[in-house]
Formats: sequence, structure tokens, C-alpha cells
Amino acid sequence: MSDDKQPVKKMSIIVSRGSLDGIYPALIMANGARMEGIEASLFFTFFGLNALANKTLDHLKVSTVGNSALNMAMPMLGMPMTVPFPTVMGAIPGVSAFATHLMNKEMEKLDIPPVREFLELISDSGGKIFACKLAMDMFKLKKEDLMDRVDGVLTVGDFYNESAGAGTHILFT
Amino acid sequence: MKKTIAGTEVDVNEEGYLTDMSQWNEQIAAAIATEEGLAALTDAHMKVVRYLREQQAKGAALTIRSMGKSGVVTTKELYDLFPGGPLKKASKISGIPKPVGCI
Repeated sequence: MSDDKQPVKKMSIIVSRGSLDGIYPALIMANGARMEGIEASLFFTFFGLNALANKTLDHLKVSTVGNSALNMAMPMLGMPMTVPFPTVMGAIPGVSAFATHLMNKEMEKLDIPPVREFLELISDSGGKIFACKLAMDMFKLKKEDLMDRVDGVLTVGDFYNESAGAGTHILFT
Repeated sequence: MKKTIAGTEVDVNEEGYLTDMSQWNEQIAAAIATEEGLAALTDAHMKVVRYLREQQAKGAALTIRSMGKSGVVTTKELYDLFPGGPLKKASKISGIPKPVGCI
């Protein structure tokens, strides 16, 4: 690596979506950062809190409605990528669960852990997990409602302070 | 390319990973560990190194998750033993290729 490149020292990742496909990329990026020796913080806000709430975090689903990028190859239905997944079909009860089941199976093959285990892995690796105070208030959630690896409930200002330092990158997902 | 590590000439790639794991020995491991900024290779380090070499010989894909579940080391211990990129550093010290996965 050339010397003029400034290394990434820390990734502060904001997670605002609560579908399985909305949460996994952030978890993978955070874990990947720790594996490279880069510090990592995750800040869960709005629907992202679904990934921390004990009642929801083991049951997150792939969004099959309003997801125009979803195609018949992605939920592993063995059809070409060029065939779109009809939104009407996605609205049928059970379809999102089925697509989620298929995706979970594929991820397990790649050794991608389920959400709870993934958060534990990131926490064990020294990554920090935070919940957004405002979103907690909005959804009437308390710290006790969240999984035990949550390091704190932060305001936006706290989060920016936590992210301070040269070489920190803040990523919104 | 060739590089002399701990008095032995070995084949390495441009990042310093051994390209032939059979050229590895414990002195080489210790020398790479020093280069990587580790104070010393303890028994705990060597347990991980031996496990990695066994897995590599079997052709298993190595992930941080599989390491944590191996029973050889916990995720926390692995990060403490090899700070700043545990799987990469441990692989380099073990004389096996750099892990290619993202997990």
C-alpha cells in the first residue's frame, strides 16, 4: 500500500432499515472492518432497531414488496435474474417468509451467521453496538427490550462524538 | 518471490504470505510474528496456528465465525492474541494463504 493513502481507522455505520436485506450489509461491513483491524460502531435508528429488539431480531424478513431489484434468481428460485419478482406475489402471505428462508439457507452455506449471533460476533470482536435514543422513544422501546450486547442508547450528538477522530468514516445504510 | 525468513529461504507472495505451506516451521512463524508486531508466540498462539494449518491442509474455508466455533479459541481471545486483523495475521504466521472470504 502506498504511503500517501490515509488508512480507514474507524467505520461508524448507521443502520436505518429493518428488513433482513437492510441490516445484513451493515453487519457484514462492520465485521469485515474488525477483521481488518479497523474499529467499528453500529448505530441502529428507525426501523434498524428491529435488529436489536429481542422480540423482532430473530424474525427479520427479506422485503418482497416494493423491492424492484428483487428478481426470480435472488430468492434462489432458479430462474434468470432478468425475470422480476412480481410485487403482487410478494404480498401473498408467507412469500416473504419463504424468500427469507431460502436466503437464510444460502447465507448459512457462506458461513454468514443469523442476526443475533452476528451481533454477538461483532461485539466479541470489539465492535460497538448503539441504539438511537430518538427512535427508541418513538417506538416506545426501553434498553431492557434490546439484546444484551447493546453498548448504549445514544443521541445523535453522542453518536457523532463517539465517531470523532481522523480516519473515521460514517456510512448511512 | 523468494524471501529469507529466520535463515530459511521460502517462497512468498507480494504481501509476505508463504505460497507453499510445507516450507513453514516454528522459527519462521516466530519471525513473521515479530514482523507483525507480536511480542512473542505463546502456547495459545500456537494452538491457533496449528488449527489453521490443519484446516488449510483439509481445504476448509476459514472464517472468523468458524474460528470462534472451533473450540480452539473464542472470538475475543482470537482478537486479543492477534490484534489488528486476527485471521489475516494468524494465517500469515501459520504460513497459509490470506483468507479470501468476507466473513
